[in-house]
Amino acid sequence: MGVEQKLGNMGVVTTTLETVVNWSRTRAMWPMLFGLACCAIEMMSAQAAHYDMSRFGMELMRASPRQSDLMIVAGRVSRKMGPVLRRLYDQMPEPKWVLSMGDCASCGGVFNNYAIYQGVDEVVPVDVYVAGCPPRPEALIHGVVTLYEKVYGEKFTDYADKA
Amino acid sequence: MDKKLENIVQALQKDFDASLEEFRSEAHVFVQPEQIVDVVTSLRDVHGFELMSALTAVDYWPQEEPRFHVIYQMTSVTKNLSIQVRVPVAATRPEVPTVSGVFASANWREREILDMFGIHFDGHPDPRRILMPADWEGHPLRKDYPLGYEEPQFTFNFDEIDLRKPYAKE
Repeated sequence: MGVEQKLGNMGVVTTTLETVVNWSRTRAMWPMLFGLACCAIEMMSAQAAHYDMSRFGMELMRASPRQSDLMIVAGRVSRKMGPVLRRLYDQMPEPKWVLSMGDCASCGGVFNNYAIYQGVDEVVPVDVYVAGCPPRPEALIHGVVTLYEKVYGEKFTDYADKA
Repeated sequence: MDKKLENIVQALQKDFDASLEEFRSEAHVFVQPEQIVDVVTSLRDVHGFELMSALTAVDYWPQEEPRFHVIYQMTSVTKNLSIQVRVPVAATRPEVPTVSGVFASANWREREILDMFGIHFDGHPDPRRILMPADWEGHPLRKDYPLGYEEPQFTFNFDEIDLRKPYAKE
């Protein structure tokens, strides 16, 4: 049951370039392979066989920021880690997205003290926040799908404005 | 207290005019800041405490004066003994001579105390912060340091805190 059966035997699909580009971006969004705390365990679990995030085009965790599109900040960010995180973000090629996973990365969580950033949005611009301590793999996958919805809504003019 | 430990404490009391506090058979020996290098050296060379297992500090503000105690936890592996040497330090002039010449491991621990309590160590070879960023202001483990970093956001103060928040740019 593919699109060709709906359209008959024409062999042609019409769409906009924007849709195709955004669709392809969501279908091969490679996250960066790094974890900062216990949320990383849930992130690994989301990648593994039980939850299998590769169903959503996320099968490759890239160990280099230069090959990745999505930064999943999984865990608390200490003040010493902040500059490192920002540097990793700056090394990622455009277009790039950030997902803040869990309470600590989103707002500091229980660590309201001098050592931890009260939200990673002080360091890098965040697209999607996932609540939970830690979020279950379903929640992370839901966050990723929410990010896809955001990517679908992106326009070329937005990138033109940014550049 | 252990008989062997009692002899060592008595020797310290005689040599350095140290005072003793005993708590559940642990010996806490109080000495003056200017004596600490000699005390640690004599514990290492004469009494056989070859390991400095901890070097830390406590802030007793506002109950006690002087407010800081710098604590040297010494262990003798050969004699199976442990002794704690404490140096009271006032907030007006928080300075203690460094023992990093006696125990090299004291180097980073003294930097940590400098970072967290603001107690300076005279003659330290590398007096920089070790845990906090170099441009950080204040010493986080002092009791008068603010406990929370940012006020928690609720519905009634969300916008107010949101305005102050330093959001990152692209």
